[in-house]
Amino acid sequence: MSTPSDPAPETAAPAAAPSSPAARPGSEWLHYAVRNPKLLIGFSLVVILLAIGLVGPMLLDNGNPNEYVGPQASPPDGTYWMGTTTFGQDVYAQFVHGLRATFLVGVVGGAIAAVIAMLVGFLAGYRGGLVDEVLNMLTNVVLVIPALAVLLIINAYLGVRSVAVQGLFIGLTSWPWAARAIRAQTFSLRTREFVDLARLSGSGTWRIVFREIAPNMSSYLFMMFILLFGGSILIASSLDFIGLGPTEGVSLGLMLQSAQQWSALQLGMWWWFIPPGAGITAIVGALYVANVGLDEVFNPKLRES
Amino acid sequence: MRRYFARKLFVYALTFVVAVTVNWMIPRFMPGDPVAGMVARARVSQPEAAEAMRTYYTNLFGFDEPLWQQYLHFWGALLQGDFGISIWVFPTPVGDVLLDALPYTLGLMIPSVLLSWFAGNWIGALSARRKVLDNTVLPVGYLLTAMPYMWIAVILAWALGGQAGWFPLSGGYSLDIQPGWNADFALDALHHWVLPFLSLFLVALGGWAIGMRNMIIYELESDYSSYLSALGAPQRLIRRYAFRNAVLPQVTGLALQLGVLVAGALVTEIVFAYPGLGSLILAAIQNQDFFLLQGAFLFIVIGVLIANFLIDVVYVVVDPRTRTGMAGGTS
Repeated sequence: MSTPSDPAPETAAPAAAPSSPAARPGSEWLHYAVRNPKLLIGFSLVVILLAIGLVGPMLLDNGNPNEYVGPQASPPDGTYWMGTTTFGQDVYAQFVHGLRATFLVGVVGGAIAAVIAMLVGFLAGYRGGLVDEVLNMLTNVVLVIPALAVLLIINAYLGVRSVAVQGLFIGLTSWPWAARAIRAQTFSLRTREFVDLARLSGSGTWRIVFREIAPNMSSYLFMMFILLFGGSILIASSLDFIGLGPTEGVSLGLMLQSAQQWSALQLGMWWWFIPPGAGITAIVGALYVANVGLDEVFNPKLRES
Repeated sequence: MRRYFARKLFVYALTFVVAVTVNWMIPRFMPGDPVAGMVARARVSQPEAAEAMRTYYTNLFGFDEPLWQQYLHFWGALLQGDFGISIWVFPTPVGDVLLDALPYTLGLMIPSVLLSWFAGNWIGALSARRKVLDNTVLPVGYLLTAMPYMWIAVILAWALGGQAGWFPLSGGYSLDIQPGWNADFALDALHHWVLPFLSLFLVALGGWAIGMRNMIIYELESDYSSYLSALGAPQRLIRRYAFRNAVLPQVTGLALQLGVLVAGALVTEIVFAYPGLGSLILAAIQNQDFFLLQGAFLFIVIGVLIANFLIDVVYVVVDPRTRTGMAGGTS
């Protein structure tokens, strides 16, 4: 896509400098970030949905989205924006509460997976040798065991059902591919001069990893977190759908589950099963699109002129 | 190459041991009395049946023995194909219940995994060189990958099954037909198979197409491509080299995706009440049938391991580096 006629970043950045008073190193990618439609659209959509999830529940006078408030099985109208369920629950109230739970499970699951992936990936990639062998073996084992099957049995036995616990389990099982990717990146960075220099000056492993190596791949780590975040949301919705979601409150996956369970499909109540699925698809899709935009911002080769 | 397979087989064996151990540990290290819990949850009305269940479980778990003996016995029973007895369909052995469901899951999984892989790579490769196609493939691809498996299944069922009425909404075959090897049953099963297949196929398709597109573009910008075009090689040849290089990560991706696709098949089966492993797992959870759940978990793990092994074999065929043993250290 990128051709030699692309403006080189070095020439483009000074052009932007006069308009922004602080021309720090970070402002160069900011310059491209605000001009990247994919990043802007994806990011705005995520922010809008997050805002709806945060503010929406506060604007409702009813605190419990599962309460039977309205007429039964009515299509969307002025009072009930997304219609009501077979039991007269307000689909819109469930939707805004569900968005909140969905974001929460994504953040918890994504953050835990990212932390484990970073610890394992950095250590394996930087130390190499036996440490690498053992950690690599562990990564491969977890990679091959289907995460959903493990989550199923643990969930079914433990019976602990909250959004946070669900996020914890998802985080503990979804890190392997990210750990592998970080290991590969660390591998290529550990032989650079600045790392050798740090090692000669007597810095410890973790100091070198977090002061020298991690900052050099921070954009990569950020993008990885976004993918883990989206992945957690999808896994959580599957778990909810199978009936292993949180026992209290509401989530987008649980909404789909109850729509399925009470045959919304056969009854033609599209307003019951379209919004939750569309909500999940919108969040995850927007995250992916923003990620492509970020890739273009961080990686000059991919920029379209 | 020998080293490559030795490493792979070691990881697979280790995975299997870990999976079996997890399976063994969970009922033993959970709080409470598992036997009493299971008998109570099974809600068996006759006291004799409840008593039979209780003795069976106590013997099976062997709680009076030291832990290491229990562990060895578990392995012994497993290697003889004894997964225990299902609580949900007491007293059928778990192995039999699972084997009945297996053909449906495999019949759904194998075509959808392979066809989506081929079609996705083909569409991705095409879109990498046609701007118009690229502008539609990319957004549609992202939309498809972002959709939860069950939602696309629900939408398809609603549109093609409910509104259009072309396909049945649920089940693996019509209730008035007896499963068997005859044309009537085969046609009916195929009719029920289309919607679940389509939903699995579509979700996976987007990911493959995007992956292939990105890889091809990356390869076309690499040094060897510029070198070839500087030499005046025809575009066709360059694209062929790019394709061959781009397809390698896709093969690895296929292996990585298998675990996820098992999960996809589970929820899709639940939407369509398709009589495969996924529906069994749902029934097992709802009826607290832990033996069935444990058995299904092991079946899935074994399936994923076999599939991964087959892909390793394919990898040797498509990647020359594996054959010379160079890739052994990095996998």
